Amino acid sequence: MITDKSIKEIHLGLRKKEFSCEELIKETYGNIEKYDSRINSAITIVDKKTVLDKARQTDNGKKEFDLLTGMPFVLKDVYVTRGIRTTCASNVLADYIPQYDATVYKKLLDLGALLIGKMNQDAWGHGGSTENTDFGPTHNPWDLKRVAGGSSGGPAAAISGRMTVFAIGEDTGGSIRNPAAWCNITGLKVTCGRVSRYGAIAYASSFDTIGPMGKSAEDCAVILERIAGKDPYDATSSPASVPKYTSFLNKPLKGRKIALPKDLLGKGLDVEIKNAILKAVNKFAEIGAEIEEVTMPIFDYGLAVYYVIAPCETSSNLARYDGIRYGFDRSKFTEETIRRIMIGTYALSAGYYDAFYRKAQKARTLFIKAYQDILSKYDAILMPVNPTPPTVIGELMSDPLQNLLADFYTVTQNPVGVPSLAVPCGFTKDKLPIGMQLIGKMFTEELLLNIGHQYQQVTEWHKQKPDIIS
Amino acid sequence: MYYKPIIGMEIHVELKTVSKMFCGCKNDPFGADKPNIYTCPVCLGLPGALPVPNRKAVEWAVLLGLALNCEIPLFSKFDRKNYFYPDLPKGYQISQYDQPFAVRGFLDITVGNEKKRIGITRVHLEEDTGKLMHATVDDPTSPSGLRGASKKVSLIDFNRSGVPLVEIVTEADIRSSEEARIFLKKLHQIIRYLEISDADMEKGSMRLEPNISVQKIQSRLNRDKIQKLPPYKVEVKNINSFSFAKKAIDFETDRHIAILETGKYPQQETRGWDEKKGVTFSQRSKEEAQDYRYFPEPDIPPIRWSKSQISNFKALIPELPDTRIARFIKEYGLSEYDATVLTEDKKTADYFEKAVKSKTIPAKTVANWIINKKADISKLSPEGLVNLIQAKTQKLPMSEKDLEEVINKVLAVNSKAVVDYKAGKESAIMFLLGQVMRQSHGRADATTTRKILENKLK
Repeated sequence: MITDKSIKEIHLGLRKKEFSCEELIKETYGNIEKYDSRINSAITIVDKKTVLDKARQTDNGKKEFDLLTGMPFVLKDVYVTRGIRTTCASNVLADYIPQYDATVYKKLLDLGALLIGKMNQDAWGHGGSTENTDFGPTHNPWDLKRVAGGSSGGPAAAISGRMTVFAIGEDTGGSIRNPAAWCNITGLKVTCGRVSRYGAIAYASSFDTIGPMGKSAEDCAVILERIAGKDPYDATSSPASVPKYTSFLNKPLKGRKIALPKDLLGKGLDVEIKNAILKAVNKFAEIGAEIEEVTMPIFDYGLAVYYVIAPCETSSNLARYDGIRYGFDRSKFTEETIRRIMIGTYALSAGYYDAFYRKAQKARTLFIKAYQDILSKYDAILMPVNPTPPTVIGELMSDPLQNLLADFYTVTQNPVGVPSLAVPCGFTKDKLPIGMQLIGKMFTEELLLNIGHQYQQVTEWHKQKPDIIS
Repeated sequence: MYYKPIIGMEIHVELKTVSKMFCGCKNDPFGADKPNIYTCPVCLGLPGALPVPNRKAVEWAVLLGLALNCEIPLFSKFDRKNYFYPDLPKGYQISQYDQPFAVRGFLDITVGNEKKRIGITRVHLEEDTGKLMHATVDDPTSPSGLRGASKKVSLIDFNRSGVPLVEIVTEADIRSSEEARIFLKKLHQIIRYLEISDADMEKGSMRLEPNISVQKIQSRLNRDKIQKLPPYKVEVKNINSFSFAKKAIDFETDRHIAILETGKYPQQETRGWDEKKGVTFSQRSKEEAQDYRYFPEPDIPPIRWSKSQISNFKALIPELPDTRIARFIKEYGLSEYDATVLTEDKKTADYFEKAVKSKTIPAKTVANWIINKKADISKLSPEGLVNLIQAKTQKLPMSEKDLEEVINKVLAVNSKAVVDYKAGKESAIMFLLGQVMRQSHGRADATTTRKILENKLK
């Protein structure tokens, strides 16, 4: 399949006319037609004829073009797309057609990339399994009984199912990394401010990050160097210059120091995942990195910090869906979304603000310090993405608390702002994907992508694809 | 037993920046000829849109703070004020809560002959809301199928949504409706001097909200000192002139006193002002008071100033009315009254200074012409005014013969005064002198005339 190849390989193939963009697009639509009725990764598929017309234009166009020109991609359905329905997986916006384009989408359009679909997710980002959606859960391509993870479950499953070459996800507390790990793809949660949030429907503004999802660290590097940078429409986007991420990929890891928080590998962590992580540690040692054990006892408070601040912000961000100007009214919110709005409203109320919101912000400062302490001595921190393999559909939804605990490893990076790369690192005996994450200092994506790429040069995990499409 | 009103003010002023507070839309809600033409995803609160603060608006808020003698904290931030109203598209207003741009200032006013200092609690920046219009429109879908069927609707115009708005909050230092009026006039004058807003109250680009309570006191002495604020206050909204503010405060003060006389306290509430009836009316009571759930706006990074930036801002403040009055008195020898009238608005004061620059006409004369509106300064250039005054006041010295002639005429027709003077009534000569001046159209020299008169009447 063409879609098994990396972005660079596909680009070269297109340029050398080994295959046409039309064939590439036909393949992605073919896979959608074959598999998506079972996987349910998409909410809205862009009209095939329109995309094929554009593909033919690419084939007949310039000889020199960008790496992403003609490249099919999908968006998590949080990005507004002019003229194309954008739902955030909620019935509140079930018929909402935006009037403008998100910055990240516009950048990709300008490069000639081809949007295939708007993908399933937990409504508003509220969840870690793509079950809290009004468009039916996304099924994991590796085991259709199981969830794809979330909240960017649709994009992850679509890459895994070869229905697209890459995707733009959104990560507020693990929403890129969690489904990436469970669907055996690579996903990057960027530094806060690295990519413009303009046009991304907000869940928790100070945690929301826009990042690439693909089959490899290399693909993520190619995408990131095209979507990152200051945006005059996003006051929180950073003016820091955008490195050429791909130029760092081939640096040897010799002398790189990676921290392994050993206290995070104990209770609550699935044994098979723990073993996969330890194997990855050995692999890193083989290719020259130095691994040292550290501890991060503060992690026990991560969920508390996240689940106070994120609901507070979401209770305010979702206030505009009042049924007056567009969309449907609040009765269309799901139970999980209502729960988060209520928690946030409560925590911000007079008399409770100090006890909850302010205290959580203070704890956030402690987390920033804890990460700084370790990252001042190490290039990256290595830890699991999920405590368990993908759960069976319905399992997490029936237990809201268990649902929150699934985010244990991924909710602390967003309050701190640091980047984190999720990379496949093995399978359970039932052939369910396992992922690890590499966390770095602010604005060191080039280093994380370098480490991830070097690991992927000596491992084959990321090249595996689910039986359903093999 | 006496009563004293305790008044604090909240004033909202729309800044006249070119674009809105958080987007590039044109900031001209009053000039728009159609509703909803100056809008974009940001000021419509569309999903995914983000606010980017207007640098000019932020600078102007700081300038106003400095003009009101405020401290400018080196750290400031925006916050979200969460509440539901159909004219508020995001479901929250971006405002400033606990760390505004300017704090702890004051404004000195003159009440009668006394100087009085009104504390400024804070100056902060926020965004204006859209505007609701309640109308009756044709309803072609009416089930009755009647022609001309109509329905009542509420329409929203977002041209004003996101217009930069500064809020000035005073301490409860104001003790009468007259003090309030004087304070507001002076504040209005300063805002106009800074040229940051039209501060047009009829259009609503300056809105006044007095907070009023009344305290019982034992003695008339120490009227300004209060031990403890009364346990209630009433906020009056929708006031669009200084005189209405005065009237509303008077109305409220009387109302509160009547209630206090019965041994009760007035209810804490928000009231509206009905300008036709000249009364206030209850809008919202304390029980319905909102919890705005303020929290820091995560879409806008906090603002950090350096000390040098603050001093640069200070350099941008034009000479304000008080300083200018003092300088006019000192530099041009004007009376306090003249200086005050001339500096009432910046344009007139600037006009005056241009006109006196040539030094061909005494400053006092120029001031007199402007104040007594002998010339329309809106049509005449300062140079034009100087020329006009010159032409009208030029004096040709009178020949001695001409003067002699006029004096003789005056003496001939005022024989009574002549007799009076000769009989010893010295003041009669002043009357005769005046007559000569009048007959000569002011051309006669007073000293010479007096000498001649004295000689002739010996």
